[in-house]
Amino acid sequence: MKRVVITGIGIYSCIGKNLDEVKDSLYTGRSGIGIDSLRGEMGFRSSLTGILEKPILKGKLGRRERIGLAEEGEYAYMATVEATEMAKMDKDFFEENNVGILYGNDSSALAVVEATDTIRAKKDTTLLGSGSIFQSMNSTVTMNLSTIFSLKGVNFTISGACASGSHSIGMGYLLIRSGLQEQVICGGAQEVNAYAMGSFDGIRAFSIRQDEPTKASRPFDKDRDGLVPSGGAATVILESYESAVKRGAPILAEVIGYGFSSNGGHISRPDVKGPVRSLAMALDQAKISPKEIDYINAHATSTPVGDGFEAKALDQVFGEFKPLVSSTKSMTGHECWMAGASEIVYSILMMQNDFVAPNINFENPDADTAKLNIAKETQHTNIDAFISNSFGFGGTNSSLVIRKFKK
Amino acid sequence: MQESEIIEIINDFLVEEFEVEEEVIQPENNLHESLGLDSLDYVDLIVVIEDKFGFKVQKEDFVDIATFNDFYKYIAGKVAEKQA
Repeated sequence: MKRVVITGIGIYSCIGKNLDEVKDSLYTGRSGIGIDSLRGEMGFRSSLTGILEKPILKGKLGRRERIGLAEEGEYAYMATVEATEMAKMDKDFFEENNVGILYGNDSSALAVVEATDTIRAKKDTTLLGSGSIFQSMNSTVTMNLSTIFSLKGVNFTISGACASGSHSIGMGYLLIRSGLQEQVICGGAQEVNAYAMGSFDGIRAFSIRQDEPTKASRPFDKDRDGLVPSGGAATVILESYESAVKRGAPILAEVIGYGFSSNGGHISRPDVKGPVRSLAMALDQAKISPKEIDYINAHATSTPVGDGFEAKALDQVFGEFKPLVSSTKSMTGHECWMAGASEIVYSILMMQNDFVAPNINFENPDADTAKLNIAKETQHTNIDAFISNSFGFGGTNSSLVIRKFKK
Repeated sequence: MQESEIIEIINDFLVEEFEVEEEVIQPENNLHESLGLDSLDYVDLIVVIEDKFGFKVQKEDFVDIATFNDFYKYIAGKVAEKQA
């Protein structure tokens, strides 16, 4: 089995549009949450959302490349440019090698809604234009990026709800580990527009603490009242150790374990046993003991039920060792399809800079969360190994174990 | 709508939306060769004409259009028909 290393990361999120900005936000505990006032007029229960600017791609990409990109694809392009530059992968490299892409995405609602509106208004499908189909499909990110970057290896989208980004890294890890791919661009993308979030709002999943937007996402806190939707994109480039050394690429970290499971229960209500199985499998794959984990980047989204169940699962697996825990969603909100990938990027930035980002807004624990060692403030500490959890609707669970690279 | 106004609207969207170099847009130049359009681009040209001039071009109509001038005349003719 081959060793799988990370040679590039890139990020475009509500706490920063590149790695430097994001590192500073993580260190200082800066929230990226605000209000989209249009949501109130649209009948939303909550107008809270991650706030991020759309990138300007005119001048960076040609017309044909731009018009197929949906909102989440634009974010993914920006994150992937940053990651590929870090990994020292250029156009010639992509032309000459079978680099793959496995990206997490589970909706392209705005493109679908706009196309439906046009069909209803104009009653003529030609007037949708040529970009609509490439923006509307769930695989919009992989189909566009594989074309833009001239990728020649594996090429498909992973849709696993809010664990999509994490599973994409897990699947990329398995392909490289088994020798089927040498390099895979992994990641996750998430649209932030209101149409993508309406049905989520409809099931009362969102916080309504609208008078204090930056305090609304408060994972593990006793007074949490729901998640805050957010998005952007994160890219994580996986590569075999041999390929990275041969190319002289920077080795940022090593992926040593991927665990997955399905709860086999309720479609939206989480449980404890599923995440415990996913965590145990990841640790077993990594051949690492719970006491060697220095940091847990929790899935915790700030929902009353979900955070409590994750706290129970973490306590069951890590118990007496009590590694530092934080949910970066306290700052970013829930980046949904993107979260499993962005949280790997956030945790690698912490690992590289010897700190654990704070779980902001964690003021008082409840009975379950009191059992965890949650970082209220920024902690200056060495991270040799961390684990990152991602869970999603349908009971899908993913856990990744990442370690500092050692020869 | 005057023909000069029509030409200005067409040239503007060719430059802004189709990223055609301004110096390429000359009345006697070949439209298809100058724009380098593929079959997907023609769909977008139909969309923008509908948006700017309020009528739908059939893709087959492009067959009889060779130069930019032909294109201007074709659009102007359709606009006049619509206004009549």
